[in-house]
Amino acid sequence: MELNQLFMIGISVIFINNFVLSKFLGLCPFIGVSKKTEPAFYMGLAVTFVMTASSIITWAVYIFLLKPFHIEYLRTLSFILVIASFVQLIEMFIQKFSQALYRVFGIYLALITTNCAVFGVAILNSEMFLKSADNVVKALIFCVTQGFCAGVGFTIVLLFMSGIRERLELCDMPRPMKGMAIAFIVASLMSMAFMGFSGFRF
Amino acid sequence: MKKLLHELNKGIFIENPTFRLALGLCPTLAVSTSVVNGFGMGIAATFVLLGSNIIVSSMRDLIPKKIRIPCFIVIIATFVTIVELIMKAYFPALSKSLGIFVPLIVVNCIVLGRAEAFASRHGVVKSIFDGLGMGIGFTLALVLISAIREVFGNGTVLGLVIVKSFEPALLFILAPGALLVIGVLIGIVNYMTEK
Repeated sequence: MELNQLFMIGISVIFINNFVLSKFLGLCPFIGVSKKTEPAFYMGLAVTFVMTASSIITWAVYIFLLKPFHIEYLRTLSFILVIASFVQLIEMFIQKFSQALYRVFGIYLALITTNCAVFGVAILNSEMFLKSADNVVKALIFCVTQGFCAGVGFTIVLLFMSGIRERLELCDMPRPMKGMAIAFIVASLMSMAFMGFSGFRF
Repeated sequence: MKKLLHELNKGIFIENPTFRLALGLCPTLAVSTSVVNGFGMGIAATFVLLGSNIIVSSMRDLIPKKIRIPCFIVIIATFVTIVELIMKAYFPALSKSLGIFVPLIVVNCIVLGRAEAFASRHGVVKSIFDGLGMGIGFTLALVLISAIREVFGNGTVLGLVIVKSFEPALLFILAPGALLVIGVLIGIVNYMTEK
């Protein structure tokens, strides 16, 4: 059944092939916005939303524009344009619609435009599901699942990291290692822990 | 001439994109499993940087301020598509092992960062040297990281075995090794520049 496949995609993207820790996508926000828990959580929410939405949009672009005209090589150009303008649109919409929401999410949305994790999801979707899609609706469901779960995986890891880094602030350590250097080493240890999930393969 | 050399030097040492500015980390860590991959990625990124810097700086008076970021992205994406197609045609093995990280050069923060911070404010010649410097700095950092990882993780450099009796630690080729190496390297660079 398809449900089975969806579950496997979810587990795979959240744990086994976590975007940050094993695919190295979205490292910049992972290091940059993980100093405190609260902003990390909002960033995670924003990324999850944009990833899910851009999965749908890039699916539409690929199936209805690129494929019928046989211009798949314009994938990079069209995807990045569509994602960037979509994020910009959301930002404008939120700014008009709700100032409170804008104050919370505004700066993160601006950061997301060139987030490689968002673009990476779109590219991975097109490689995995869209290139050989016979059933268009099925491909859409797969894309959305992968996009959403990638966002969830990103949020989980970002939250772990910010929790650890809040504690790290209080630690006494050699000065050159402070900040980014120790953050990477912590990420390395987390990545080792996540490698344990690779036994999950069904 | 001296100024131009300064631009070149800036990218390679003073403001090395990887170690000093911590930009473009995703491709750096993902493709640095072997020196060949690292070098290939570096060259590809240098080409994109150079091309986008030239176009952006020569068009900087034509692009309206408000929509400059989308304009830059389109210019960058054009060059990335060129690289993608050339690599697929002439270096299929490299293109396969770099995988999705070739199209991902579009969202490499170094390229957009240089377009925004440098090329949109300076002349063409200066921008060429800036792009070249940043590209070389990025390539050097990639080669350094991938050399460390290949030696420890596979016991080879450029595919040549160095010490026969050495049992490689596979961890360095895998994801955690990359994060560990970059963490330690940033620490070392911090220590050296602190004095």
